[in-house]
Amino acid sequence: MLEVRGLHKSFRGLVAVNELSFAVAKGSIGALIGPNGAGKTTVFNLITGALRPDRGQVLLDGKDITGRRPDQACRDGIGRTFQVAKPLNDLTVEENVMIGALRAARGVAEARVEARRVLDLLAFGREATKPAHELTLPDRKRLEVAKALATKPRILLLDEVMAGLRPTETDQMVEVFRRLNQETGLTILLIEHVMRAVMALSGHVTVINYGSLIAEGPPDQVVRDQAVLDCYLGQEAD
Amino acid sequence: MRSLFEGVPARAAWGLVCVIVLLYLAPLVFGGYVLSVLILCCYLAVLGQAWNVMMGFAGQLSLGHALYIGLGAYASGALFFHFGLGPWIGLIPAFIVAGAMGALIGWLGFRFGIRGVYFALLTIAFAEFVRILFDHWGWIGGSSGMFLLVQNRNIDMDAASIANAFWTLRGPNWVFYYVILTGMVACLVTVRLLMRTRVGYYWLAIREDQEAAQAMGINVLRYKLLAVVISAMMTAFGGVFYAFYNNTLYPESIFSIDRSIELLLGVIIGGIGTLFGPILGAFALTWLGEGLSITQEWFDIAGLKLLTYGVAMLAIILFRPAGLWPWLRRLLGMEERRPDA
Repeated sequence: MLEVRGLHKSFRGLVAVNELSFAVAKGSIGALIGPNGAGKTTVFNLITGALRPDRGQVLLDGKDITGRRPDQACRDGIGRTFQVAKPLNDLTVEENVMIGALRAARGVAEARVEARRVLDLLAFGREATKPAHELTLPDRKRLEVAKALATKPRILLLDEVMAGLRPTETDQMVEVFRRLNQETGLTILLIEHVMRAVMALSGHVTVINYGSLIAEGPPDQVVRDQAVLDCYLGQEAD
Repeated sequence: MRSLFEGVPARAAWGLVCVIVLLYLAPLVFGGYVLSVLILCCYLAVLGQAWNVMMGFAGQLSLGHALYIGLGAYASGALFFHFGLGPWIGLIPAFIVAGAMGALIGWLGFRFGIRGVYFALLTIAFAEFVRILFDHWGWIGGSSGMFLLVQNRNIDMDAASIANAFWTLRGPNWVFYYVILTGMVACLVTVRLLMRTRVGYYWLAIREDQEAAQAMGINVLRYKLLAVVISAMMTAFGGVFYAFYNNTLYPESIFSIDRSIELLLGVIIGGIGTLFGPILGAFALTWLGEGLSITQEWFDIAGLKLLTYGVAMLAIILFRPAGLWPWLRRLLGMEERRPDA
């Protein structure tokens, strides 16, 4: 469904993403992992049009969407969350989600109904009427997901939504994504450091370091890959 | 109607209706000085409401709104001066010219990613360009100004003359008062209704976080431009009124940055990003200013007015940073209920 081909981006000579190619199959859950500074978030920014690649292509269902603006990418069906949550602080949680829902809804009333549905799905209770700036960190992460989901994406890009969550909260979140994926066929690509979530969710893992692909495959295979171990733990000195 | 009062507590709705009715009855009681101050209040409330659309709701700072007052005033004033066309016809070119100018500035700024204070500087620059241009443009009188013919300060009290006075905006002060008061109410209703639609919510999203807004599929450039254009048009209405009320137009005074600042002070004091902040602020600030002017003359202390303005601003920013209205609203128990809350 989503494919990147030879994606390349450098910032003043520093190569952030290096000739990267990978794909996420329709209806699957893929993971993009790598050490800090590996270029994962840059890849998301290139896919969603927040950044323009120097070279390479982003294909959605075979259609070239390289260099589309973020709002166009959203309308094409790519929903994303931000690693550092970006809640609309002065608005209520429900209004936050409703604004996302306006993307696909005909009007405010319809969007409000859709927002309710998404909030229920993510188990927002009384927090729904709170201003977003009063939320705790895990709730802000959930709100990121709710906003993105409300835009009715075909593929959801999740940037470290599990970070800072307690294990039980992580499991709940994992459950939500699994259900969304199974029930609605939503394709998901996640950047994650919480391996518990990666192992539980994804069928295919792409590992990058210094912007280059170093391994890919099923999760249990990837975690035993020597190159992956080296980049996370360092190489043994000879 | 439902959308207009949806979520508003009954006492707030009745309070608002009462205040508006009282304002409409004011000319029966007051004349002369008080009425002229009320005109000033409503005029500033219109400009404040317009500025607030851009800054308070869409989050785009403009420090050059005098530009749109001036364009509105000169567009309608020149048509009257040269061709005898009335203010209501002049309103159309005023809207077009101000809207187009707003779109141009907005496009230049937003297209090239100029944000925040840098955008505000651009708005000042354009107000200055146009001031200098108008200073040297003979057709509209240049720097020596343009004067509109004043006539019929007193009119016959029959229906035809009254209708004529409203149509031509030539007549006693109460005619102007009703026009600007109705304008103020119309702006309030327009903005209130806009804020209940997709456009309003998109503006709020852009104000809160532009990247988040974009990620939710909002065409940020388009909705920011829309905010500037609507704000410019509302301001231009104030400009048209100014031209026919004041009858003297000088580029130097109408495009001056003082004017741009004056119209936003009320909003800051009343409450940025609220519907009633601009109105409350305009009334509070105007009456405060008038009171201080009188005191200043009595005690013969020059500068008392400006000094008190400064202190008032400081106090507001320190103690009521959100403005007077959010605080007063809570005090009166008139907070809006969130839908479905």
